[in-house]
Amino acid sequence: MSGENWRQERKTLLATLGPPLFWLTLFFLVPLAVVWAYSFGRNVGLTEIEISGTFANYAQAIQPLYLGIFFKSIVMAAACTVICLVAGFPVALAITFAPDKVKAWLLLAVMLPFWTNLLIRTYALIAVLRDEGYINLTLGWIWKQVGLVLNVPPFVPLEMLHNNPAVLFGLVYVHLPFMVLPLYAALDRLDRSLIEASLDLGAGHFRTMMQVVVPLALPGILSGVLITFIPALGAYLTPDLLGGPDSQMIANVIERQFKRANDWPFGAALSFLLLYLTFVMVAVQALIQRRRGAR
Amino acid sequence: MSSKPPIISIEGVTKRFGDHAAVDDVSLTINEGEFFALLGPSGCGKTTLLRMLAGFETPTEGTIRIDGKDTDGVPPNRRPVNMVFQSYAVFPHMSVADNVAYGLKIDGVAKAERDRRVEEALALVQLEGFGGRMPDQMSGGQRQRVALARALAKRPRVLLLDEPLSALDAKLREAMRFELASLQHKVGITFVMVTHDQDEALALATRCAVMERGRLIQLATPSDLYEFPNSRFVADFIGTVNMVEGTLKTDNPTEAIIATKELGDVYIDHAVLGNEGATLYLALRPEKISLFRRDGVVPPKLEDCPEGYNVVAGVIDHIAYLGSESVFKVILTNGRQMLVIRPNLTRWDQEDFVEEQPVWLSWHACAPAVLAG
Ligand SMILES: Nc1ncnc2c1ncn2[C@@H]1O[C@H](COP(=O)(O)OP(=O)(O)OP(=O)(O)O)[C@@H](O)[C@H]1O
Ligand SMILES: [Mg+2]
Repeated sequence: MSGENWRQERKTLLATLGPPLFWLTLFFLVPLAVVWAYSFGRNVGLTEIEISGTFANYAQAIQPLYLGIFFKSIVMAAACTVICLVAGFPVALAITFAPDKVKAWLLLAVMLPFWTNLLIRTYALIAVLRDEGYINLTLGWIWKQVGLVLNVPPFVPLEMLHNNPAVLFGLVYVHLPFMVLPLYAALDRLDRSLIEASLDLGAGHFRTMMQVVVPLALPGILSGVLITFIPALGAYLTPDLLGGPDSQMIANVIERQFKRANDWPFGAALSFLLLYLTFVMVAVQALIQRRRGAR
Repeated sequence: MSSKPPIISIEGVTKRFGDHAAVDDVSLTINEGEFFALLGPSGCGKTTLLRMLAGFETPTEGTIRIDGKDTDGVPPNRRPVNMVFQSYAVFPHMSVADNVAYGLKIDGVAKAERDRRVEEALALVQLEGFGGRMPDQMSGGQRQRVALARALAKRPRVLLLDEPLSALDAKLREAMRFELASLQHKVGITFVMVTHDQDEALALATRCAVMERGRLIQLATPSDLYEFPNSRFVADFIGTVNMVEGTLKTDNPTEAIIATKELGDVYIDHAVLGNEGATLYLALRPEKISLFRRDGVVPPKLEDCPEGYNVVAGVIDHIAYLGSESVFKVILTNGRQMLVIRPNLTRWDQEDFVEEQPVWLSWHACAPAVLAG
């Protein structure tokens, strides 16, 4: 069907596009605009906000304290992305080259966490990592067996919860599928005969990987990185539940402004700084893709 | 011929995917410097056999020797063969020169020598000066030549080509066919080419292996495949043929008679060496049949149709004028349809033979190939 036809059929167009457009406007754009307006306002009274056009909230948001938290969030999200990439690439590769029957199951295994509530997954992680969790129970049992033969001090549970590594672990756990799926999509599209040609010309598997597979999968790698980094940057539940007092990320700070601190204008300003950061990254990615495409 | 050992020897090779034998007990040898063609209908196992030579598939049974060495367990990157893929598989993220240099870099060829050999390989396929281009700036035929140059630059003992011309249009395919042949002459490397295009195989190959459903049916020079097919399958697959079923009536050391329903008794000027009454097939090529006008009921004049010729009567049903020759569809009196090809030797040749014209069909006693199955 050509675009001309669609344009002529105004009514059909309106009927199909209308409801989602209406929905998006009412429940996404309007609230977003409201929050955006709040970011230029100030609190007058407990529930009243005056939109005064002030930049004070943004000025406060770029104070060292908050910049530090921004920076920390970026570092955590970046570390999470790198780990996801390093761990996800072999997984995506394995899925790509698995026999068709196995492939479907492997993909399902990657997708399954998506369909489980984040809260449940995070609590499950706590059950694994806490002092009386499954890892410590197992280690303790092994320690006890060793203790039967050797003279060892009593077992002290490993502290694996409420610290930065726990948050990072949680972030990786939650975001790995975001990385694996675009990587898989890119690798699956790759013409197998290119890999065979590389082998045929004398390259080993490692060389083929670095000089043929990775460069050709680069668009997929880029979108995987972006798709992982952006939600990791705004992670809220994971640092909240798995982190310690020094593990808070920017989303936790924002949440506090809207709730306990009751400073909506400042929370709004922080939110929008985060949003701008995201826009910049998406723009950079689009630019890189365009450059590659133009070549 | 030469006393050199074969460069490739395939001994009893079978490849099964599940319980389906894609290649079934194939044995053959390929000599140094040959242009060898693997020919057969789609799905007959040509690509699978070629991929086993390259090392991308492992034989289920049997041995493949390249240059006298057993290839069992030798990965593709350690074999003295290179492949030109059907899809070309030119690396899209590298320039043409980088593509050609890829294999040389791996071999540790020094930069200066490498550049020289890249230039040389590009010159060989007539792509001088294209080194700086990216593959997506090249046409299909040019990309195909990049793939050729890339494989040739490595100076392999054997070049494997999987339907190298199939993605090109008819005109370019014809041109590339000649280029491939002259290229092979120039470099003297053994070529093994897969094709399902019989013209391509006949035009290029020194020898052809015809495969059907994984099995090797016949291995012969192109002219032997055409003139001396060993089976109905080969006779039918290579070129066009009039196939007639009959039974052996008389079999002497110097002549034989085969009784057919459609052509009557057919005289053959050599022994058939079969049991009398056995079912046989006559494969009669259209250009081996002569046409004569049949205006009365008398057979053609004796000087036109000498002793030892077979003659049957028919009527021209349809003529396809192809310029250099004409193809006649002739219906015999018993309803059987025969194809006859007649070169247009003079410019008024076609005037004698028009549709509805009664004709005699005549062929020499040695013209049909007699096939047992
Ligand atoms: N990896 C594979 N797994 C399962 N079956 C396969 C595989 N590769 C090939 N086959 C089967 O083996 C048979 C021979 O395949 P092959 O590709 O060798 O045919 P081909 O002669 O090259 O045909 P074409 O002219 O169509 O390329 C086919 O029936 C095909 O379905
Ligand atoms: Mg094939």
